[in-house]
Amino acid sequence: MEILALVKRVPATDSKIKVAGDGKSIDPQGIEFVLNPYDEFAVEQALKTKEALGGTVTVLTVGGPESQKELRTCLAMGADKAVLMKHEGPELDAHALATVLAAKIEELHPDLVFCGRQAVDTDDAQVGQRLAALLGWSCLSDAGTFELSDGSWTGTRDIEGGKESVKGSLPAVITCNKGLNEPRYPNLKGIMMAKKKPLEECEVQGAENKETLVALTPPPARPEPAILGEGPEAVAVLMDKLKNEAKVL
Amino acid sequence: MSNDILVFVEQRDGKIKKASFEALTLGRELASGRGALQAVVVGGSVSGLAPEIAKYGAEKIYTVEADKLAAYSGHGWSEAVAAAVSESSPAVVLFAHTAMGKDLAPRVAALRGTGLVTDATSIVFEGEEIEVTKPVYAGKAYKKVRAAGSPFCVTVRPNSHPAEEAAGAGEVVPIGGPEGDLRDFVQEILAGSGDRIPLQEASVVVSGGRGMKDPEHWKLVEDLAAAFGPGVAAVGASRAVVDAGWRPHSEQVGQTGKVVSPTLYIALGISGAIQHLAGMSTAKYIVAVNKDPEAPIFKVANYGIVGDVFEVVPALTEAVKAAVG
Repeated sequence: MEILALVKRVPATDSKIKVAGDGKSIDPQGIEFVLNPYDEFAVEQALKTKEALGGTVTVLTVGGPESQKELRTCLAMGADKAVLMKHEGPELDAHALATVLAAKIEELHPDLVFCGRQAVDTDDAQVGQRLAALLGWSCLSDAGTFELSDGSWTGTRDIEGGKESVKGSLPAVITCNKGLNEPRYPNLKGIMMAKKKPLEECEVQGAENKETLVALTPPPARPEPAILGEGPEAVAVLMDKLKNEAKVL
Repeated sequence: MSNDILVFVEQRDGKIKKASFEALTLGRELASGRGALQAVVVGGSVSGLAPEIAKYGAEKIYTVEADKLAAYSGHGWSEAVAAAVSESSPAVVLFAHTAMGKDLAPRVAALRGTGLVTDATSIVFEGEEIEVTKPVYAGKAYKKVRAAGSPFCVTVRPNSHPAEEAAGAGEVVPIGGPEGDLRDFVQEILAGSGDRIPLQEASVVVSGGRGMKDPEHWKLVEDLAAAFGPGVAAVGASRAVVDAGWRPHSEQVGQTGKVVSPTLYIALGISGAIQHLAGMSTAKYIVAVNKDPEAPIFKVANYGIVGDVFEVVPALTEAVKAAVG
């Protein structure tokens, strides 16, 4: 089985985000960039699928040359090869990304594509579902469980107040949620082997955005915080505030 | 292209989601003075829902009915909604940012080759152009974008725009469903814990963290949530307690969990790691109980109490019970 995992280099979730002077991007100073946490579940699921059924795992990203580091991490986890679709300059929106990725996927023709539920920078959560629609494939969003059997798949996902069980055909795009599996850590042997695995590069071409970035701003300021007091005695003060100031009771 | 606004109305088993009424209300306001509010609803038998949808101002309601569409299918429903988008040719297509909306909207946008902003907190017309704001980096920054071309799709964050009735004509326009087999479909809904309100829809969220010390103490968190009365408060958890296996990931609030915007958020024994703050700092009011006065949670809390959760929470639960009556 040919398996593709889509990954992205993003700021670590404990990063402090500061808007840069241009008002349109973030200040990369002091930010540690890592493999998108949800993509770890995608790579792990791809590796588990290969271990069960045989085949090849390819990891792919769209980004600058620095994204090689995250691709090498995936190779160290056990992926067989990596593809870097080179793009620098203004960020591509989900429409543009899905369009260039769909073309590349038609060239690679995998049976299964795994990606993270969302990248924790743009928080778009669009590319996986868009790919399924563009390619005419099935899709499972936010997979919490996933199983393959005889050319079809079943899986579950969280919905409001419960879960739903979904069934679909192959090929498929699966967007992976936390809890789907326990991503492995690359071991020393994996890290050594990753250096010798193929990492192919190509250029992104003909990507066109459907949205124009106007501004990136800090979040709206919260009202001045206040400590009302200590211990259970402060509960009466809190109740007064909730009733008469916030009017939430 | 018209200046109409098309809203996807989400229903399961004939019950329309509250967040869809919010999206209809927002759609009506956007359409005001420009065009008409239209709606699309998909399912096994949905035309009976038209009067309820018309109450929120829909002039025209596209219905796509088929036995095979009775349960949600991302494939089937996206083709149905995409057909309605072609029929209606709106300026903007709105969805509620729910589990279903998140799965459906990107597929519809891809089928129609349009832009999509997910989890929007504000949508306005700037002259002829639409401008949409959404949180990025889990709310550590906000991005404002302008649509290039139309239609443009947007999923709207639940609880960000209150639903308000205003009658519309509600003319029902049936359109045909997709041909052929469905590539993916829901087989079964596995209900969660009964009458509990979903985390992202609750007006009150009570969350617990490491300071609860042991999963056995979770009853304190649940009792406080229950004190607000049935169907009001949901229970959340910090990443630390989810990673420790005390609570399921479906309850995690934060950057790699759920982002919530309730009217009132109560953090019990949560220090307030940046990861957690990202998931709840758009709550209108934040209450924090923590024994460490230096905990970062107190920097965002409107009302903080420094103290032992095991002493403060039972007292708070009793006080809320008495106030709610």
